[in-house]
Amino acid sequence: MPIVSVQDVTKTYASGFQALKGVNLEIDEGEILALLGPNGAGKTTLISSICGITRPSSGRILVGGHDVVTQYRQARRLIGLVPQELNLEPFAPVGPGVAFSRGLFGLRRDPARVEAVLRQLSLWEKRNARMRELSGGMKRRVLIAKALAHEPRVLFLDEPTAGVDVELRRDMWKVVAELKRQGVTIILTTHYIEEAEAIADRIGVIADGQILLVEEKAQLMARMGRKNLSVHLREPVAAIPAALAGYELELCNGGRTLIYSYDTKSDGTGITRLLSDLQAAGLSLRDLETRQSSLEDIFVDLVKERP
Amino acid sequence: MSPTAIWTMYLFEMKRFFRSLVQSLISPVISTSLYFVVFGAAIGRNIQEMDGIPYGAFIVPGLVMLSVMTQAVSNGSFGIYFPKFMGTVYEQLSAPVSFLEIVIAYAGAAASKALLIGVMILATSTFFVDLHIQHPLMAAAFLVLTCISFSLMGFIIGIWAESFEQLQLVPLLIITPLVFLGGSFYSVSMLPGVWHTISLFNPVVYLVSGFRWAFFGTAEVPVGLSLLAIAAFTGLCLLVIWRIFQTGWRIRQ
Ligand SMILES: Nc1ncnc2c1ncn2[C@@H]1O[C@H](COP(=O)(O)OP(=O)(O)OP(=O)(O)O)[C@@H](O)[C@H]1O
Ligand SMILES: [Mg+2]
Repeated sequence: MPIVSVQDVTKTYASGFQALKGVNLEIDEGEILALLGPNGAGKTTLISSICGITRPSSGRILVGGHDVVTQYRQARRLIGLVPQELNLEPFAPVGPGVAFSRGLFGLRRDPARVEAVLRQLSLWEKRNARMRELSGGMKRRVLIAKALAHEPRVLFLDEPTAGVDVELRRDMWKVVAELKRQGVTIILTTHYIEEAEAIADRIGVIADGQILLVEEKAQLMARMGRKNLSVHLREPVAAIPAALAGYELELCNGGRTLIYSYDTKSDGTGITRLLSDLQAAGLSLRDLETRQSSLEDIFVDLVKERP
Repeated sequence: MSPTAIWTMYLFEMKRFFRSLVQSLISPVISTSLYFVVFGAAIGRNIQEMDGIPYGAFIVPGLVMLSVMTQAVSNGSFGIYFPKFMGTVYEQLSAPVSFLEIVIAYAGAAASKALLIGVMILATSTFFVDLHIQHPLMAAAFLVLTCISFSLMGFIIGIWAESFEQLQLVPLLIITPLVFLGGSFYSVSMLPGVWHTISLFNPVVYLVSGFRWAFFGTAEVPVGLSLLAIAAFTGLCLLVIWRIFQTGWRIRQ
């Protein structure tokens, strides 16, 4: 059973804007899922709907098998949320702020747990500081500490590394890896493709309120292992010659360019054979060019391709 | 219901109050003292008695009510508006607590603060006048109920408000006039015909009258009516809050 199950969820805000257009998503226990998507794609709206910040307009969301609307207590107990915005009360001290988050979930006071969380996030020295005395990166970590204070089984990180320097970002990845080791399921949103590549098990792409793809990172990487060979022709052709039907070819640029995609990891790329077949078909070449597609390309294509 | 969660939110709110305890308590004490100087000593010398009660003592229940109502409304509204404004309310919204628990904690904290200030003012007033409370239990009941109902009302305002201006607006335009015209400093029976009738539509008149009755045993409206008024007001606030809870109005988009 997936730990989070989003079923046909739509969300229309009071303004009439539809931010989610029928989202389906299943997240397995213990995995790290990265949600990639451009600004305004609906990432935060999706997370907010799961965590109880907004009410979905239709559809159903289960966390740990509990409906987040009708059984919100059981569902929310499992969830930790780190919001995108640095929402902290400026005058509240760090330590008590983290203890507050724990109490809010109905758990008894546990100074040892609070200390452990603060140490894990290198905030122990700052435990008596007020929120407004912290740097942006520290505030981000306080938000994570607050979310971890009640020992959630599912952690949502909404752009945890936005505005965080490289070193801190690596620290954050370490924390995420440590949590995964403890069996916590992690859903994070990000604009950084390297980040998704570095820590995620699966990658989901969302744009315009719809999930375009959810795939194992390894599979995506395999797709990335594909290369394109562009063959620019001297004379345009109307159609791909029948002699070349056996190849995975695409005609574009008004018949001037043939694109051949192939797998770099397989034994034979088929390029040599293709080139001689091209010649046999009577096509003369002007230029050749190869290109490797990256996750970024896949992402951009996916987002652009949409009608 | 999670008592731990309620207690956590309540304590956090109270700590905010205690962090600025001196300011929180000293300003009502100073303003009360000023009222006594102005109304009790200066004007009171010419008024002597009202409804058979020395004027200085007569204004005590009204003064307490005045401060308690305004404090309860401002604390109640600010208490929930502030997390909304700062965005920190995401924590309460994503925690396994119901709206009811949030209301109990925040309105409870606001009511506690108002009560504390009310008691403080009562204590201050004993330096200026001799006070003998005839029905202490009833006085306590009126005071506590007023704290609670006005804190609930403040909570509603805090949920409704979308800017600091709006947060100030209702207290300024509605509550303050009602409270000042509610017979805190005078007996509404002194007012000429029409104004007296109009006054009877002011719910605050019933509260002040009931509270004053608990002190001196005389009232402008029957005590039962006063109790009914405060019960109705509390009920109305609870009803509105129940609707907000069901619709998620202005808090859960
Ligand atoms: N409260 C709201 N009322 C109306 N529209 C909203 C509201 N919140 C978000 N939206 C709209 O919903 C869409 C999705 O917003 P959302 O915050 O979910 O995007 P996002 O994917 O998190 O973007 P970003 O990467 O910028 O954080 C946007 O077009 C946004 O303008
Ligand atoms: Mg977002």
